[in-house]
Amino acid sequence: MTKPTPETLANRANPATVAAATVAPAVITVPPTPATGAGSLVRSLEALGVEVVFGIPGGTILPAYDPLYDSSIRHILVRHEQGAGHAATGYAQATGKVGVCIATSGPGATNLVTAIADAYMDSVPIVAITGQVSRPSIGTDAFQEADIQGITLPITKHNFLIQTPEEIPEVLAEAFHLASTGRPGPVLVDIPKDVQQAQTTFAWPPVLDLPGYRPTLHPHGKQIREAARLIAAARRPVLYVGGGVLKAGATDGLRKLAELTGIPVVTTLMALGAFPDSHPQHLGMPGMHGTVPAVYALQKSDLLIVLGARFDDRVTGKLDSFAPDAKVVHADIDPAEIGKNRHADVPIVGDARHVIDELIAAIGGTASGASSYDPWWSTLNDLRTRYPLGYDEPTDGTLAPQYVIQRIGELVGPDAVYVAGVGQHQMWASQFIKYEKPGTWLNSGGAGTMGYAVPAAMGAKVGLPDTAVWAIDGDGCFQMTNQELATCALEGIPVKIAVINNGNLGMVRQWQTLFYEGRYSNTELGTHKHRIPDFVKLADALGCVGLRCESKDDVDATIKAAMEINDRPVVIDFTVGKDAMVWPMVAAGTSNDEIMFARDVRPAFEEDDL
Amino acid sequence: MSTQNKHTLSVLVENKPGVLARVSGLFSRRSFNIDSLAVGETENPDVSRITIVVNADSSPLEQVTKQLNKLVNVLKIVELDPQQSVQRELLLVKVRAERAVRGQVLETVELFRAKVIDVAPDTLTIEATGNPDKLDALLRDLEPFGIKEMVQSGLVAIGRGSRSITTGPALRAA
Repeated sequence: MTKPTPETLANRANPATVAAATVAPAVITVPPTPATGAGSLVRSLEALGVEVVFGIPGGTILPAYDPLYDSSIRHILVRHEQGAGHAATGYAQATGKVGVCIATSGPGATNLVTAIADAYMDSVPIVAITGQVSRPSIGTDAFQEADIQGITLPITKHNFLIQTPEEIPEVLAEAFHLASTGRPGPVLVDIPKDVQQAQTTFAWPPVLDLPGYRPTLHPHGKQIREAARLIAAARRPVLYVGGGVLKAGATDGLRKLAELTGIPVVTTLMALGAFPDSHPQHLGMPGMHGTVPAVYALQKSDLLIVLGARFDDRVTGKLDSFAPDAKVVHADIDPAEIGKNRHADVPIVGDARHVIDELIAAIGGTASGASSYDPWWSTLNDLRTRYPLGYDEPTDGTLAPQYVIQRIGELVGPDAVYVAGVGQHQMWASQFIKYEKPGTWLNSGGAGTMGYAVPAAMGAKVGLPDTAVWAIDGDGCFQMTNQELATCALEGIPVKIAVINNGNLGMVRQWQTLFYEGRYSNTELGTHKHRIPDFVKLADALGCVGLRCESKDDVDATIKAAMEINDRPVVIDFTVGKDAMVWPMVAAGTSNDEIMFARDVRPAFEEDDL
Repeated sequence: MSTQNKHTLSVLVENKPGVLARVSGLFSRRSFNIDSLAVGETENPDVSRITIVVNADSSPLEQVTKQLNKLVNVLKIVELDPQQSVQRELLLVKVRAERAVRGQVLETVELFRAKVIDVAPDTLTIEATGNPDKLDALLRDLEPFGIKEMVQSGLVAIGRGSRSITTGPALRAA
């Protein structure tokens, strides 16, 4: 039997991500009390410390909505269940707490599927609660019946179909424990309607029964010593930092480790903010649209120290030519990630915070000193000078999307939370906004879910009401989930949505430009040519302020105007040119060595013989 | 198919609804090949034991076990070395056995220490247990008479010696 931690039972954020969390939260104790299954569910959520849930009621979840009506838990009525799922994800990513979404059976539950898959790919702790048809009807193709447990098997960390009302507290506590510990991830709890209606007893805390679940948090000392030995011997090491470092709250440790050793740092798309962009040791993001120095550093490295990252294909490019000379120290909390894509010379299973702390302790005495990396740094610094991130001003007089995004970052500043959709605007937001702090960059990395930004920004703003939350969205993405702006307007969630409107599915169009001879099959959306929809009018209709900006001269004033509005959501239609492309780029399926700095421009690597 | 890459995994799982679907779904979704799968209760009614024969090189096998270990309902995984374990399948086969050849069929049954479990005027139904090699040999010998129908169980296996799977070391590569 696994003992629930007080943090799990109180749904407290990982202490490391919340600096002030020093006092262990008190566990609520409730003696056995009569309750319905639905009452037991809501009381369990309260006991778990849930403050807010995102959802839509419907037939089979109706019983749960009755006690919810009297609960201290804030329920935010979304307009589509996908919005509830992404909102829970945004809330979880911004606060470190478990996000909760609720839907009814059948289509309500299946509408959550995209958001659950998204949270699974990015290891985000959410709990999805779904109504199910009554037990006698299960398997009969009853009205609004879907086997959501079966459907979500491959996209949840675990899922439950509750069989009796008595097990509700235990299953909820287990769901929160599973979602938030080890490698975090989504957990679904399916509850038949008659189980919600049945009489039972509620008592708290329950005892968790998860005999097969034992995440390894502390790394093996021998592996740490071996890693320290390789680090001391390396001449071209790189710290390849992934989202696990953020999830473990290991960013202070990472900075210490980097500064102690003098090793260059790259942060993946999921790890932006884990290491300050302004730090001189930060080479930027690696991968398909990474910086030239970051991509080069990985390719030419003799030792990759991989912390909470998973050798995603977007980072490695063609796998068999990735970092061919590098030995690999791979630390991850999920043993299955180690050796999955790339052999690890030193595998380390553990929580990134413990791994980093123990690496610092092990290296402490034996640090070779940054000076031995001097030749390495001089090569990398040379590349930084020659191949900085940048963009060309459009020659057709249109507004450059990169400029808009850069100015948002500069004017709004590093304390805000930025939430991106998926596509060109996402890549530009990762490149041209400077992230200095953990938890300030939310995006859909693994799944690449268009439509993520608006609902995720809503969830983030609910979790951090005093923080400015800016969604950087595309006109394609925005049209997938903007209905949640009605939710934001009515619920008092004043997010800012910068629609980088190039009138096209921009990233797809970029590929058509580069790989399909400019045959623009079905990528034009008409938001320029026909102004359908008119985003300013749409914003107005959804209870938001709509602004439009079409020229460079108006960019700052428009951003500032949006910053002044805090009683309503703001949508800005930044009408930008359609021909801007994301550079640098490693074309899909090619080697990182083939990175293009700009169209038809390959960087000259003079130090190939290093 | 090479037998060299075959590995027998004994997987102890919580005896709960849907666990077999989790295990088999994992194999198909991660493109791992299952040669055979057998499942049943153990001495502990809360625990089921799944015996899986996988066809994989050592590195994919490591992925299989790691992914299996991630399933919350999986308690323990042990790879059974063919030399250090007893491995058995059950075969039921309906063979054509008219009067003229019935003696020869019975002789084959005898040789393999199999059993006749049902008799019809023109067929015999035979039950045999053994390791896959033995059952293959039996089938090869019965083939000429004419096999009308056959059914085979998945392989089940148990370690030799007095040590129990619940006390022995688990397969848990880093």
